Amino acid sequence: MSAKTQRIEVTLETLLESVDLAESISMRIAEAAGFSEEELHKIGMAVREGVINAYNYGNQQDRRKKILMTVELDTENMIVRVRDQGKGFELHEIPNPLEEENLLRTSGRGLFLMRAFMDKFDVHTAPGGGAELVMIKKLPDKDSGNGTHQPE
Amino acid sequence: MAIQATCRQIGDVSILDFSGKITLGEGSALLRKTVRGLIDGGQKKIIISLYDVDYIDSSGIGELVSAYTTVKNASGELKLLHLTKRVHDILQITRLFTVFDVQSDEDTAIHAFR
Repeated sequence: MSAKTQRIEVTLETLLESVDLAESISMRIAEAAGFSEEELHKIGMAVREGVINAYNYGNQQDRRKKILMTVELDTENMIVRVRDQGKGFELHEIPNPLEEENLLRTSGRGLFLMRAFMDKFDVHTAPGGGAELVMIKKLPDKDSGNGTHQPE
Repeated sequence: MAIQATCRQIGDVSILDFSGKITLGEGSALLRKTVRGLIDGGQKKIIISLYDVDYIDSSGIGELVSAYTTVKNASGELKLLHLTKRVHDILQITRLFTVFDVQSDEDTAIHAFR
């Protein structure tokens, strides 16, 4: 990690309230990094879906388990990692929610939304065997003003 | 904003007006409960108005899909009305626009039931 990288680590309980908390924390950091309101929404929602995944599918709502969220800001990117203490999974094993036969499924869209709302998305096996979701968003270009928050 | 739902009856059409967030927990549960209640009460024509819903997560989307199948399995019909841009965009990227009958005008929605 370079000297210019800022990193925040939060250990979340496996509780429904942690979903809102993680979303709120990530949006505040993204706002401080200069993202526009629309991008803040996308980042917050992607993180929300990541923590829902950890809460529901990774930790299976087991309150003895924890969810670890880290947010890093380097010179180019905002990187969010959400790690659970479940069994882990392979991304290619998850059904594509856009396929005709999956459209009426009531679950399975969270990973798709994370991928849609962030610039890069991947799933790793965390140390100890859980899943680690990695979401990366390129920081707004300060010179062009693209994607930056414009104060009124 | 806390989720709220109110139900209006226009002829044989039930209109559910939602406001707030439809997300994992309270929002999804309220949507499930209200739609289930209408079906159990014999209603077959249901409109879910999302005019005041500017946030929906994957759980809320799943609950909308569940409402669609619940109503359809009861030989009823479900329509969505007044989508905000964010809900519209989510339904578009998830291809659920191809599933739901989405309307932007209440009178048109009411008269569109078979």
